[in-house]
Amino acid sequence: MAETATYHHTEAEDPSNVTNPEHTSHHIVTPGQYTLVFVTLLILTAVTAAVAFVDLKWANPVIAVFIACLKATIVGLFFMHAKYQSRLIKLTICSGLFMFLSLIVMTLSDYISRSWGLW
Amino acid sequence: MSSAATIVSLPDQATARLPKRSYLNNEQGLLSWLLTGDHKRIAILYLISITFFFFIGGAFAGLIRLELLTPQPDLVAADTYNKFFTMHGIIMVFLFLVPSVPATIGNFLIPIMVGAKDLAFPKINLLSWYLYVVGGILILAALVLGGVDTGWTFTTPLSTHYLNTHVITAAMAIFVAGFSSIFTGLNFIVTIHRMRCPGMTWFRLPLFVWSNYAASLLMVLGTPVLAITLTLVLLERVFSIGVFDPTKGGDPLLFQHLFWFYSHPAVYIMILPGMGVISETISTFSRKRVFGYTAVAFSSVAIALFGFFVWAHHMFIMGISNYSALVFSLLTMLVAVPSAIKVFNWAFTMQKGSITFETPMLYSFGFLGLFTIGGLTGVFLASLGMDIHLTETYFIVAHFHFVMVGGMLMAFLAGIHFWWPKMTGRMYPESLSKLAAVTTFIGFILTFMPQFILGYLGMPRRYHAYPPEYQVLNVLSTAGATVLGVGYMLPLLYLGWSLKYGAIAGNNPWQATGLEWQIQSPPLTENFIETPIMDHEAYDYEWLEHKTKNEVTTVG
Amino acid sequence: MDNSVATTHSHTHETAVPVEHAHISLPQHRHHFETVEQQREAGSFGMWLFLLTEIMFFGGMFFSYLLYRNWYYDAFAVASNQLSIPLGTANTMILITSGFFMALAVWSAEVRKRKMLVWTLVLTVIFGIAFLCIKGDEWHIEWVHHHIPGAHYDIAEFVNPAAFGIHEQPLPPDMAQRTQIFFFLYFALTGMHALHMIIGVCLLFWLIWRARRGDFSAGYVAPVENFGLYWHFVDIIWLFLFPILYLINRHPLH
Repeated sequence: MAETATYHHTEAEDPSNVTNPEHTSHHIVTPGQYTLVFVTLLILTAVTAAVAFVDLKWANPVIAVFIACLKATIVGLFFMHAKYQSRLIKLTICSGLFMFLSLIVMTLSDYISRSWGLW
Repeated sequence: MSSAATIVSLPDQATARLPKRSYLNNEQGLLSWLLTGDHKRIAILYLISITFFFFIGGAFAGLIRLELLTPQPDLVAADTYNKFFTMHGIIMVFLFLVPSVPATIGNFLIPIMVGAKDLAFPKINLLSWYLYVVGGILILAALVLGGVDTGWTFTTPLSTHYLNTHVITAAMAIFVAGFSSIFTGLNFIVTIHRMRCPGMTWFRLPLFVWSNYAASLLMVLGTPVLAITLTLVLLERVFSIGVFDPTKGGDPLLFQHLFWFYSHPAVYIMILPGMGVISETISTFSRKRVFGYTAVAFSSVAIALFGFFVWAHHMFIMGISNYSALVFSLLTMLVAVPSAIKVFNWAFTMQKGSITFETPMLYSFGFLGLFTIGGLTGVFLASLGMDIHLTETYFIVAHFHFVMVGGMLMAFLAGIHFWWPKMTGRMYPESLSKLAAVTTFIGFILTFMPQFILGYLGMPRRYHAYPPEYQVLNVLSTAGATVLGVGYMLPLLYLGWSLKYGAIAGNNPWQATGLEWQIQSPPLTENFIETPIMDHEAYDYEWLEHKTKNEVTTVG
Repeated sequence: MDNSVATTHSHTHETAVPVEHAHISLPQHRHHFETVEQQREAGSFGMWLFLLTEIMFFGGMFFSYLLYRNWYYDAFAVASNQLSIPLGTANTMILITSGFFMALAVWSAEVRKRKMLVWTLVLTVIFGIAFLCIKGDEWHIEWVHHHIPGAHYDIAEFVNPAAFGIHEQPLPPDMAQRTQIFFFLYFALTGMHALHMIIGVCLLFWLIWRARRGDFSAGYVAPVENFGLYWHFVDIIWLFLFPILYLINRHPLH
């Protein structure tokens, strides 16, 4: 069956490569890798819960959130395949995180500079 | 036939016919419209709905101005007046301005401008319209049930604890309409990234696409924060916990931070697509490529980016810290820069161009002047000292009406007139439309210029009574509003008339560049017969001239 | 389901090396996309953008929580200690397991194993429902203890914990009132999360039904893949909710 020239384009015609994005890899993560990620997540959960019972003063929430970020990153990279996606997807994720952090940090800057600590 | 006075080039009216097959007659029946996936039909559905809500919002504006004819609160009670300006604000912002250009002109044109057959997700596009309709119905419900009087800004704890009007219905309406906006933006972003035709690099896109792309980023990232804010207000109203109530340990400023985090980018969601329209019209009616294409493109994205970091300038007097106020004041000054860059670029586009004064160009001139004034007054307000004096006065009202009505609404009308021949295949009557444009401009200045003075003299906003010394200016403003109303009614009438009796437009009545002008008017459902390949830059008038020299134009 | 290959042909890359590349043709190919791959990429990109909106949606509540936890730390700490660590930790592990099976489901679709796809989706929904059941149980416990914000809220056990057998420092009445804000945010956050889980469970039932028909084991994986993104995202939200809600101050008070 003759293929029409509709989507098969040379570099000159389609330098942005919008019609053949399959040239990004279709990496398939194996069940073995998934299992490794799964076990890691369970261990980190146990660690989070255990550390909470140790009095480290200001470090407690820091460690808890840090481990949560670690778990989220692992889920994102492997379960959600972010590690193997195109640059566009990676940029999209980063911009989302950037916006979230802007919301938190800039609003926080107002509160820190006028009323922080026990009210 | 083109003369020095106009570039309009129509086919011979004696023999011209509308194309036999187009998106309008491809399928028949109401259901084929209500269940369509065709972005062009959805755009028309949106056009009808937003026009409907525009006139309702406009009616409320008329009532406001009617009350303000006299210094005494003699037309309506204070609570009713509060409902007037609240409904006017909610309807105009959420049900008219936010979807105006993106959902009508953007929906119609973006797939065509990038060379695609449709948006990435046609069903989500249709869902977006239905969500808009549901939001609109809920607002009408709130209206009919007795109205909302919180102001469109829903400031707490007034809206959560001290009023018993239909805040919940209105908040739900905006919540739903917000998702309409999110899905439109999401669709645009995916389409523009992933569905450009071969050869259509980012820097060959029309600037209209860049502007809508920037606005879509704001829609996708900003609107959800509004959604959660309204959710918290709803929960607060139902459970009265005190999240926003100071007597129970809450902070009303928290609401304002979250609300304005969306609502400031919202004003850029409203204006950026309008700026995109202006880039197209000024280029076409100056017969010249846009000066500094790259600068204009990047300015759109810069406005979107900076626009996220200035929201607290709506809260300077509300109790934020001095440090915070300083930072936001500085950032607000910065966000004016890309807008100014655009205005300069449009001006230089016109320099040494062959300018003609068709209606879209008249609206564009109006935009340039009025948006510049509105934008500059925004810089006054960015300055902390001035803002303390001017905030919550009519200066603010005048400022945002200059940018949103003198700016955005004029740009919307420019776009509607510019692409009307493409969407319907018909031309509107030029002399009547020019009259409407001039009437609108005069009416606008008369309505809102006095309000700058009123605000500077100290007249507060959202009050239905004022000291007698302000009456003259108020009367001028109301007179202007009447003229403005006439100016807006006229297009409704003659555009409707043109659907049946307007001249046949042909493919490219404006002799404009852009993929949309190379296809039939109205377009086929699938837009293009075969996938276009873009081999020239945007606004390439030499390419167009070369093409039309060798072309035989037949219509029908 | 028929899965026909339209054609094989070679084309040039930047490296000018000809490559044999099979282009798939699927019945689910929508007409406005040039290729199925473009459709898949666009669908995935669209889902990621939707997840971005979800990040911003939850962001507002996260900030509110951050602010009030700082302002009313004592109240938040005591209130948080009333939540059950065993149930919370178990729930976290259940949700992670659910996510694990979802990831395996996506893999099954990609390698076209229909039965395994159906089983992994079923396990995903079972663990998801288990999460919701435990959550419902936790909410019931709060109801019994008068921790639901509103008319029935009772600060007695915060003002006088010893009388209720609770090992916490007593709070002054006004600070005790602030525990209501903690529980408001607790229910708002976990409630919003649970709502997203319920929507996910409903979608899972629909996906299982379609998977059993074989819709996703012939090359068309986009719905499973994109739902997987959604499900993992809901999981990530919980991964943050657990430490910030349950683990404020679990070390023994001195």
